[in-house]
Amino acid sequence: MKAAVIVFPGSNCDRDLAVALERAGAQVSMVWHKDTELPAGLDLIGIPGGFSFGDYLRCGAIAANSPICRAVIGHAERGGYVLGICNGFQVLTETHLLPGALMRNSGLKFVCRTETLRVTTTDSAFTGAYAAGQELRIPIAHHDGNYQADDALIERLRAEDRIAFTYAANPNGSRADIAGILSENRRVLGMMPHPERAAEPVHGSTDGAPLFGSLIAAMVPA
Amino acid sequence: MKARVHVMLKTGVLDPQGEAVRHALGALGFDGVEAVRQGKVIELDLAETDADAARAQVRQMCEKLLANTVIESYDIEIG
Repeated sequence: MKAAVIVFPGSNCDRDLAVALERAGAQVSMVWHKDTELPAGLDLIGIPGGFSFGDYLRCGAIAANSPICRAVIGHAERGGYVLGICNGFQVLTETHLLPGALMRNSGLKFVCRTETLRVTTTDSAFTGAYAAGQELRIPIAHHDGNYQADDALIERLRAEDRIAFTYAANPNGSRADIAGILSENRRVLGMMPHPERAAEPVHGSTDGAPLFGSLIAAMVPA
Repeated sequence: MKARVHVMLKTGVLDPQGEAVRHALGALGFDGVEAVRQGKVIELDLAETDADAARAQVRQMCEKLLANTVIESYDIEIG
């Protein structure tokens, strides 16, 4: 299974994400934002957390218009898997690979702590190893994680079973307590919490590890 | 030619920063501030000399980068 992690100026969870993917069995290459082509035969693209381009203009907006993101959009449109975590989720909404937008937290504070998430759908390669409704302890660390969408979109996400994770106690004002959502083809996941920071016993929680495990298992030809 | 773009959160989108400013104004004794909404102003210096062409160009910039039209609206001033 071949994965690439995109690195922008200001990304700071890129190596953590690469380590988590490698531990789960992926062969990972790092790809710089100015590159215009992705490695051949790629199964998965990871867009890591951090503060790409200093969060200038809007979080993720400048990264979403970087040369490599055109290739990321092409990969997603061909049915490739994409995982965007934290700033990566913001980048995915700015590229419109995922709908809605991430706004400043309703409490205006940067929130950095471990939250309880609920697995809202198990119908995806990302969440297939969890049980429906399972509670996970996974850290969040963001200033702009307040997911906003109009009523029609929230209704659609619910009807199509595309809400991947919700917060047990909403930390940021997100509509419908949304922590992560899937694309229409269920192959693009954006989430604010950091599963790569809950992937080894030394992290204090390993609840994020099954996400990487099931993702890689889904891509290994049977 | 100069252009100025005003980007604001759309009506109906809760603006937590504007709300915090409103509270702070109240704390300073400015009574009667019923609502505050904050946005940003972006000034552009363009080589284009035709006002209509400049406006069309800036509109594209807004759609592609300067505003996130899911939550923001924009207003363009030329000249």
